[in-house]
Amino acid sequence: MIKKFDKKDEESGSGSNPFQHLEKSAVLQEARIFNETPINPRRCLHILTKIIYLLNQGEHFGTTEATEAFFAMTRLFQSNDQTLRRMCYLTIKEMANISEDVIIVTSSLTKDMTGKEDVYRGPAIRALCRITDTTMLQAIERYMKQAIVDKVPSVSSSALVSSLHMVKMSYDVVKRWVNEAQEAASSDNIMVQYHALGLLYHLRKNDRLAVTKMLNKFTKSGLKSPFAYCMLIRIASKLLDETEGGHDSPLFDFIEGCLRNKNEMVVYEAASAIVHMPNCTARELAPAVSVLQLFCSSPKAALRYAAVRTLNKVAMKHPSAVTACNLDLENLITDSNRSIATLAITTLLKTGSESSVDRLMKQISSFVSEISDEFKVVVVQAISALCQKYPRKHSVMMNFLSNMLRDDGGFEYKRAIVDCIISIIEENPESKETGLAHLCEFIEDCEHTVLATKILHLLGKEGPRTPQPSKYIRFIFNRVVLESEAVRAAAVSALAKFGAQNDDLLPSVLVLMQRCMMDSDDEVRDRATFYMNVLQQKQKALNAAYIFNGLSVSIPGLEKSLHQYTLEPTEKPFDMKSVPLATTPITEQKTEIAPVATSKLPEKLAPSRQDIYQEQLAAIPEFQSLGPLFKSSDPVQLTEAETEYVVRCIKHTFARHMVFQFDCTNTLNDQLLQKVVVQMEPSEAYEVEHYLPALSLPYSQPGSCYTLIRLPDDDPTAVSCTFSCTMKYLVRDCDPNTGEPDDDGYDDEYVLEDLEVTVADHIQKVLKPNFGAAWEEVGDEFEKEETFALASVRTLDEAVNNIISFLGMQPCERSDKVPENKNSHVLFLAGVFRGGHDVLVRARLALADGVTMQVTVRSSEETVVDVILASVG
Amino acid sequence: LHSTAPPEPSLYTVKAVFILDNDGNRLLSKYYDPELYPSIKEQRNFESNIFNKTHKADNEIAFLEGLTIVYKSSIDLFFYVAGSAQENELMLMSVLSCLFDSLTHILRKNVERKCLLENMEGAFLVVDEIIDGGVILESDHQQVLQKVNYRVGHPSILLVLTTAPVLQVLQSAKDQIKWSILK
Repeated sequence: MIKKFDKKDEESGSGSNPFQHLEKSAVLQEARIFNETPINPRRCLHILTKIIYLLNQGEHFGTTEATEAFFAMTRLFQSNDQTLRRMCYLTIKEMANISEDVIIVTSSLTKDMTGKEDVYRGPAIRALCRITDTTMLQAIERYMKQAIVDKVPSVSSSALVSSLHMVKMSYDVVKRWVNEAQEAASSDNIMVQYHALGLLYHLRKNDRLAVTKMLNKFTKSGLKSPFAYCMLIRIASKLLDETEGGHDSPLFDFIEGCLRNKNEMVVYEAASAIVHMPNCTARELAPAVSVLQLFCSSPKAALRYAAVRTLNKVAMKHPSAVTACNLDLENLITDSNRSIATLAITTLLKTGSESSVDRLMKQISSFVSEISDEFKVVVVQAISALCQKYPRKHSVMMNFLSNMLRDDGGFEYKRAIVDCIISIIEENPESKETGLAHLCEFIEDCEHTVLATKILHLLGKEGPRTPQPSKYIRFIFNRVVLESEAVRAAAVSALAKFGAQNDDLLPSVLVLMQRCMMDSDDEVRDRATFYMNVLQQKQKALNAAYIFNGLSVSIPGLEKSLHQYTLEPTEKPFDMKSVPLATTPITEQKTEIAPVATSKLPEKLAPSRQDIYQEQLAAIPEFQSLGPLFKSSDPVQLTEAETEYVVRCIKHTFARHMVFQFDCTNTLNDQLLQKVVVQMEPSEAYEVEHYLPALSLPYSQPGSCYTLIRLPDDDPTAVSCTFSCTMKYLVRDCDPNTGEPDDDGYDDEYVLEDLEVTVADHIQKVLKPNFGAAWEEVGDEFEKEETFALASVRTLDEAVNNIISFLGMQPCERSDKVPENKNSHVLFLAGVFRGGHDVLVRARLALADGVTMQVTVRSSEETVVDVILASVG
Repeated sequence: LHSTAPPEPSLYTVKAVFILDNDGNRLLSKYYDPELYPSIKEQRNFESNIFNKTHKADNEIAFLEGLTIVYKSSIDLFFYVAGSAQENELMLMSVLSCLFDSLTHILRKNVERKCLLENMEGAFLVVDEIIDGGVILESDHQQVLQKVNYRVGHPSILLVLTTAPVLQVLQSAKDQIKWSILK
């Protein structure tokens, strides 16, 4: 501190920064002495330095003043002062984008680049390439080629690196210098080797064969440059990844061999490459892990950091491979570099036993306030993983998380903690009340609207179903009094859920609602008025439909339908069933925490895949009368991989029709296909109404053709059908190089695999956040129940997954997760049947020899119940 | 931090290099990735964030704002080299060491703010010889010094000798001695 004080004192006395209070206009004024004769190198140099300093500080130069200074500077080429000339090159590079007509220095730079002064040549090349465009590049091509193979390393390196920069702009020209680059690669100078290798790879990276050849050559010849070795390792591991090369490949041997290189940089690069490879076995990882283990005790912090970061990565997939390093990692948990300590602890948390958890958590809490948010998020992720591994430890973790929640930290960090607590609550019912209490405390003082609304939503969902719902009301109502509009609105929605679920709380909730109806914000008032009216009806069905489970339509779809409705004035009320359903939100079911590198952009409501299909199909005149798109299936492959033609089908279901969209790709470069249709032969009473051909299918450009099917009206239970499919088309042979087709063509056909339509194609998934309420809402008017024995199924998990994929319905209340060591389970499924009828399924499963399943189905329509039960049986 | 992809084979290694003083002010900085902090304001925010998180502890390496950052300080100067999260940390270290060693020679071991500012052109040239557009051009400081061929103290010492009174020269010499002792 004394040192710093002294320094300050002295500064104010003598003004030691010659660049302080530098005025751009004054400097530009001074630059006029560039025009004086004779040139004063010392003063000119000082002025150029000031200009570069100002540019570096971010000072804005107008085009006119920059151009003026630039032109004055060009006169300085008459001086032979070395430093002055070098500063001229720097000025040219700095001003290349802000001054006009920078190309006037081309001849001066070309002269320096080919001149006798070696110190000028490299920098002159780099400055010249900075101001050169594609047309001018041709003029200096000859010089560039010579420079690349020049015997002076700095000249060759400069030419190679500049060429690399220009690949983006002038690939075709630079491509012609491959032979020169090849020659440079065998230079004795290590940097020239490295730069030549980099340029060669960039020019050839799209030609896998050429890359393979290049690798073969260099891995055998043995380069001297450690940088070049690192580059080779990266190229080799990329190639291994692309070709899915086995680990017996010579490329893998090369990378493994690099673990014994004498340079640490190369050894680390090789270890890191092996760790990043997919499907590495423990045996293949072992040598990489043991070099990383050695690095853990290096005196260099960067090396320790690199090693432990990479080990952390290994521990995610192969915790057992890292256990050998536990002792070394233990030594790092007190490292003065907190990043290293954090990584060591989180690695140990992944590899260690349950008994060490408490000790490690204590250690990390001693310095968690000192580490950056990025690493705090790493800690939270480690905790989240631990909770899944050792559910019994959740109380220790919850305690720790709640302390972290109280500390300072940015949004990403807080979000990670909140997500982690929520996932613990969902995984461990017994931790629900503690978790909710911590979250309640957190929203009392939370500056992040997104997190507050998220927690309020969760409180509304979980709170009413706890033993003591009343204690949450105070926390929620405080939000209504204190927070911003968005949070107030969320709080109102949460309150309504308490009123709807708990009769004894209803009177109090109504009083609070009354107060919310006087809010200053429209949205808050509207919600309060709406909920007030619904709650006063005291009807379970209304509560379920409008408070617990909300709308299940696609939001962009609703917007479009409403817009359409307002455009065409009509007497008819707006029909909610005409709006396409929302494809299930995945967020509700997600358990893992998003990785750190999430985009910082605010989440926009992107149109779903189905919204996009809806748009595309609506644009085709033949399909306009079909009504809203009900469901689009995942693509089904109708050809084997690597065949002449690749065809996949997407099944689009409408109220009375189905449209089959065939995405076809022609992989033959000597054929042009025209008038492509897929002819379909149904096994049941399905009727093909129309074929819409893909007019032209050139090589490797995907195209789509469609088949429209009418669903049988008279038999609504006929939900499944098998179609045999044949692709028919006109072939025109063509020249593989030019793509020019022959005049004549001939008809041909190609047999595709059969296509199945199943019950799942008629049901859209809908998430009911409160299944019980929805179950009551639909009622038991058309309830049917049947019991089945699933003899071939061995576990409850398997049974659950089979039912979900067979019916294509949405699991609710996290009932798709079967708790461990249980031999009975209840699965809740929700969906909407084609035509807009809600359908709910409750499946009670019991595990004995096989699995016995009692299925209860409810729907607003009787046939739907029959269809479901018939198809299960 | 948990990027799954291995690093792309590329020569573009360095995302940014900058030198700050002990108040976090920028003395020299170069950004090589046009997509990373395109505006001056973003760059300055980044620099001050990095400075705040690193100037207290001399830890050599940190991971901040999604970048691997290696750093080193000397008296009242802070040197930083930043690369992507996937970058080989040791490559970044070799750039940092080369920059530091080159400047140590050019500044005749007086690696401090005052001396650096008096030889700013030397610093600009050194950085230009070590990194070109994000590519490591040279990592051996001897080679860098040879290429820059920069005469120490030029021009400010000359300026001092010709124009300044003797007392001031003495004061300047005293300062330099004081700083080298404190170091």
